[in-house]
Amino acid sequence: MTAPTADATFFDLAAAPLRELNSALHKLSADTNETYWKVANPAGRHAVAAGLDVPVTVEIDGPVGYYCGGMNKQARIIVNGNAGVGVAENMMSGLVHVKGDASQAAGATAHGGLLIIDGNASARCGISMKGIDIVVKGSVGHMSAFMAQAGTLTVLGDAGDALGDSLYEAKLFVRGSVAGLGADCIEKEMREEHKALLAAKLEAAGILGEVDIGEFRRYGSARTLYHFHVDNVSSY
Amino acid sequence: MSDHSNIPRTKPRASATFDDYTLSEIRRAAATGIYDIRGAGAKRKVPHFDDLLFLGASMSRYPLEGYREKCSTEVVLGTRFAKKPIELKIPITIAGMSFGSLSANAKEALGRGASAMGTSTTTGDGGMTNEERGHSIQLVYQYLPSRYGMNPDDLKRADAIEVVVGQGAKPGGGGMLLGQKITERVAAMRTLPVGIDQRSACRHPDWTGPDDLEIKIEELREITDWEKPIYVKVGAARPYYDTALAVKSGADVVVVDGMQGGTAATQEIFIEHVGIPTLAAVRQAVKALQDLGMHRKVQLIVSGGIRNGADVAKALALGADAVAIGTAALVALGDNDPHYQAEYEALGTTAGAYDDWHEGRDPAGITTQDPALMARLDPVAAGRRLANYLAVLTLECQTIARACGKSHVHNLEPEDLVALTIEAAAMAQVPLAGTDWVPGRNGSF
Repeated sequence: MTAPTADATFFDLAAAPLRELNSALHKLSADTNETYWKVANPAGRHAVAAGLDVPVTVEIDGPVGYYCGGMNKQARIIVNGNAGVGVAENMMSGLVHVKGDASQAAGATAHGGLLIIDGNASARCGISMKGIDIVVKGSVGHMSAFMAQAGTLTVLGDAGDALGDSLYEAKLFVRGSVAGLGADCIEKEMREEHKALLAAKLEAAGILGEVDIGEFRRYGSARTLYHFHVDNVSSY
Repeated sequence: MSDHSNIPRTKPRASATFDDYTLSEIRRAAATGIYDIRGAGAKRKVPHFDDLLFLGASMSRYPLEGYREKCSTEVVLGTRFAKKPIELKIPITIAGMSFGSLSANAKEALGRGASAMGTSTTTGDGGMTNEERGHSIQLVYQYLPSRYGMNPDDLKRADAIEVVVGQGAKPGGGGMLLGQKITERVAAMRTLPVGIDQRSACRHPDWTGPDDLEIKIEELREITDWEKPIYVKVGAARPYYDTALAVKSGADVVVVDGMQGGTAATQEIFIEHVGIPTLAAVRQAVKALQDLGMHRKVQLIVSGGIRNGADVAKALALGADAVAIGTAALVALGDNDPHYQAEYEALGTTAGAYDDWHEGRDPAGITTQDPALMARLDPVAAGRRLANYLAVLTLECQTIARACGKSHVHNLEPEDLVALTIEAAAMAQVPLAGTDWVPGRNGSF
């Protein structure tokens, strides 16, 4: 990550509609000089900076509603506030950094990129995630990583009930307590390659060295539900 | 001892309750301990469009000349918000069917056939393939609970987006595609390991109701700059309320799929016992649109067991703007073709009844990922068959419309219909044939 150096392009959502902001961001070319955008007064609007596909930075000063940074590709989106449901939903690449707390389904179904949440994430964080890396510095709510297919979920705080229910191949790292594991989710050995993977994610989030990797425990799929069988019926 | 040899014996009588199929299913269940999973739609007989008849023009109506006077068929979908509505030449579209469930050749054939007739195809669970985008002039991209293969590039390549809330074969249910169909390509598109069972989720992971759906639709519009029509597809269960909520959520088009609608793979018991017939759903969906003042402003597509031009005409007469076909399109491609009868028998079934689409052993090469079986389906020839079939559906619908005096198929109306049964009269809200009695009229609906 590099810090933005260009002069910022300011956009005030109190003075102009969201459609104009997203339209302007969508029209940017890959070699645009407008690489740093400052957005004021989001006031909980939905779909702020959704659908971007350029390597620019968008810094939003204030709380955003649902689906901020939805389906993001390439862009760095920074939220100086809290984020509503589905922040970075189905993100493909790039970065979404929430400086506050996030609501439900943060990073849901996302295929790539990095989602950093400085505060807590609510229920269903990383639900059906498909390759994204999520780092939550606080805690996550129940049913996080439900049906998570690929990627990593790193939680510095605690995890709620039914973590990783019906998990596929996503890797979960939790430093604090886990209220309960969901169906087919088990604690797994933290081998050196997993410590290295976790270190890489912490480094990407800019917090490597701030926490002891040895305090994390790893969770993954027991793979007992990978083929439907009547013997597993009690798990369904 | 008395001699009973001359007493006539009662003829063996099979139970209507425990019929042959039911007995075989009990035995199968007892042997395996697993419910039956299959593809296709409901096979039980339910009230359907066959229970309605058209009133061709006589004295009180004036017909159009069958082979001379024009009867238009074009339909525009997405006129409410989309900058670029979809314009179809015929009111018949191809329903969503996934790559993975269907072979790449089958998807290509669907695209070829639909494009030849000026209509659209629809993706499915598993995402968009280049074959399909390349051969479908108009392609609807499904946004499904599983979000397999979902990405913004494909959203932008699509001509419309269909948010799938449910399917007629399984309202409220997810799917189960067995691992043998999960090749490397299918697995990669779904971000899952090769060869494991694929569970398709029954609900969207990041929204929980119509209020959320409204915001989700806003996100999809923002991502695609408000250009593309947004469809919302529901399985027919409570079509009045679901249609109303889809409209409230901002849908440009509502798709209502009746219980005869097909699926790739789910529980037999679900397919046959959850949801309501297509006939029962149409009128309620239309009434919701009418009550909201949105009929013809939000378009309605009806699907689930559409087989011929009469079905098309009846759905339109009851108020739909278009219909979608799935199973019938597969049959047109060559599904269950008697040519492969011996192979169907080897699979323990027969041509016409094969429905184990999830097993990947389809002799017709349509519902499979086996390269050798796939190669049996020539996408050019199969596409031509589909185009022919769509042409016949259209001609049949036009023929009926002209007989009812209509210069556009959308001018068909409930007034043109009567019902053969009380049940159909009640569901379709048209009179029982030979009477002016509409069950429930002036009463509860």
